[in-house]
Amino acid sequence: MTHRGDGSRVLRVEQLARVEGEGAMHVEMHDGSVTDVQLRIYEPPRFFEAFLRGRAHTEPPDITARVCGICPVAYQMSACNAIEAACGVVVDGGLRELRRLLYCGEWIESHTLHIYLLHAPDFLGFAGAVELAQAHRAVVERGLRLKKAGNAIVERIGGRAIHPVNVRVGGFYRVPARAELQSLADPLRRALDDALATVEWVGGFDFPDYDHDWELVALRHPTEYPLLDGRVVSSAGLDIAPEQFDEHVEEQQVPHSHALHARIRTRGNYLVGPLARYGLNADRLSPLAREAADSAGLDGVCRNPFRSIVVRAVEVVWALEEALGIIDAYEPPPAPAVEVVPRAGTGAGITEAPRGILYHRYTFDDAGTILDARIVPPTSQNQATIERDLWQLVERNRELDDEALSLRCEQAIRNYDPCISCATHFLRLRVHRH
Amino acid sequence: MTARRPTLAVWKFASCDGCQLSLLDCEDELLPLAGTVEIAHFLEASSAVVNGPYDLSLVEGSITVPSDIERISQVRAASRRLVTIGACATAGGIQALRNFADAPEMAAVVYARPDYVRTLSTSTPISAHVPVDLELRGCPVDKGQLLEVISAFLAERRPDIPSYSVCVECKQRGNVCVMVRDGVPCLGPVTHAGCGALCPAYARGCYGCFGPMDSANMPSLLATFRACGVGDDGIERMLHTYNAWAEPFRSALDDEVDSR
Repeated sequence: MTHRGDGSRVLRVEQLARVEGEGAMHVEMHDGSVTDVQLRIYEPPRFFEAFLRGRAHTEPPDITARVCGICPVAYQMSACNAIEAACGVVVDGGLRELRRLLYCGEWIESHTLHIYLLHAPDFLGFAGAVELAQAHRAVVERGLRLKKAGNAIVERIGGRAIHPVNVRVGGFYRVPARAELQSLADPLRRALDDALATVEWVGGFDFPDYDHDWELVALRHPTEYPLLDGRVVSSAGLDIAPEQFDEHVEEQQVPHSHALHARIRTRGNYLVGPLARYGLNADRLSPLAREAADSAGLDGVCRNPFRSIVVRAVEVVWALEEALGIIDAYEPPPAPAVEVVPRAGTGAGITEAPRGILYHRYTFDDAGTILDARIVPPTSQNQATIERDLWQLVERNRELDDEALSLRCEQAIRNYDPCISCATHFLRLRVHRH
Repeated sequence: MTARRPTLAVWKFASCDGCQLSLLDCEDELLPLAGTVEIAHFLEASSAVVNGPYDLSLVEGSITVPSDIERISQVRAASRRLVTIGACATAGGIQALRNFADAPEMAAVVYARPDYVRTLSTSTPISAHVPVDLELRGCPVDKGQLLEVISAFLAERRPDIPSYSVCVECKQRGNVCVMVRDGVPCLGPVTHAGCGALCPAYARGCYGCFGPMDSANMPSLLATFRACGVGDDGIERMLHTYNAWAEPFRSALDDEVDSR
């Protein structure tokens, strides 16, 4: 709805679709210049960090999975890392590989959901995947097949695709037999073909010409593309262990959002997620994923958020290859879990959720009761950056009419795959022009 | 002239998105379903929104903020049938742990400025606010049960959602009882079926994510837990999860004290 009069313009888009969760955006312009941008996150607060206090050290993997139905494995993995760090336990070898396999399944599922169901319709002019399927059914079917292949991994290891039941501190309740994983290999090989076709498909979309110079922040592992562990590094030279995260990153509360804004204390806003991971770890990709990236026109660093869909597609190729490699080498670990004896202390854990680094920190008493918990999800880290991106985008496109500008803003938000459930409720876009 | 397809709407309140994601996880059924019903309001999946009324509304999430009390009334008024999907909408969800505590204190743990946060002191199920035609259990719902509810609605028949306990599913699956064999406390005897006895199949006790079954015998199970060496704290933790606000999980410990 657009009202014009007295030289002022107010534009409202009531609901932003195809994001996980709900929030709002507010833009104010005076004399053609942007004076305020707010990404308003209305997701009702659920107080996880409060009710984790008093719980046992064994409970966060199941409980924190419920922060997000789209990336529950990420919550389970960061929780386990933090708790095991506090208890002085390292889970390695076959159990670590099984965790990585489970996590690959979540990356495949979550990235494919975003590529096909949430993001691609923007580039092709459809309202959603169902509408897209009316014109390109085989393409959407390919996406659903690919998504199903990721879910099959999570279901096989975790018991179910959403809130898997098999993850515990120290490992798993039951580890699969070799044959149980082998039967996943053929469908995953077929999925790899679908994933390569996906890179080619999204690589051919038209992308607006945008580049940002945000500080990129991701994990960095000595040999692997980052997933389950590593140091936190950035394009501005940050290089810290997970337990130093609080020294370098602070969270601020703003009146217009239920999600806290994270910033690097000495510098300000930053970006996590596929663009950051890829920009800092392109040299760690497998040869096939590297080749797919090259053929889709990505060089070592991609700073255009609209092209994040290509990076996601490349990461799906990587995750499928990685999953196939883990399955091929898999021998059931001697025990499903290592013992984790509680002790007083604090531990931090960071893993690469599909949307970027996810930080958990717990403090325990000597019986393993949680005294304090802190969770920093990727979307709250990206929130300030999304606002800055919108600011520049509106300034550069102020000649567009309200409808086109609103749509462009919504698309720009979807570039970040914001998981507003990790942080949102209803997203309502409002542009006020004075 | 073709008959009008029934309209389906999906709504989100305080939740993790997992139950509505279950619908998108029906990879084989999603496109056929979209041919049978008109997906009229499903913001996570499409920006195309058709105005109500809707033939079937699926509601995810619990009521935790003042504005949602009004919103759920509007959803109810616009819906011929309203089905809650999952533990948040059916029982208040994990966020209903605030109901046992001091909500302002909880906000102060998470937020430096709790005065910026508008929230109710409780998290309540949808049925506490509007009439509900069916409640589908689970954290998350089982996608087979979700499809059964939609299919039954289309065929205008009663959905086949068994009301027995997880124990029955465990026997059907051929699991060995983890409580009998390993002394592992398991909420299966009092938990509503629907998951297919997942946790015992993965060598752990059921943690009750489908919530209490009708006529659950809590005193008997609590006595068994104590025999397994679980104390009051442990029992409280087991019951205080995703369906904590649903009776008889909510007051099982108090009732036990009263009956002594």
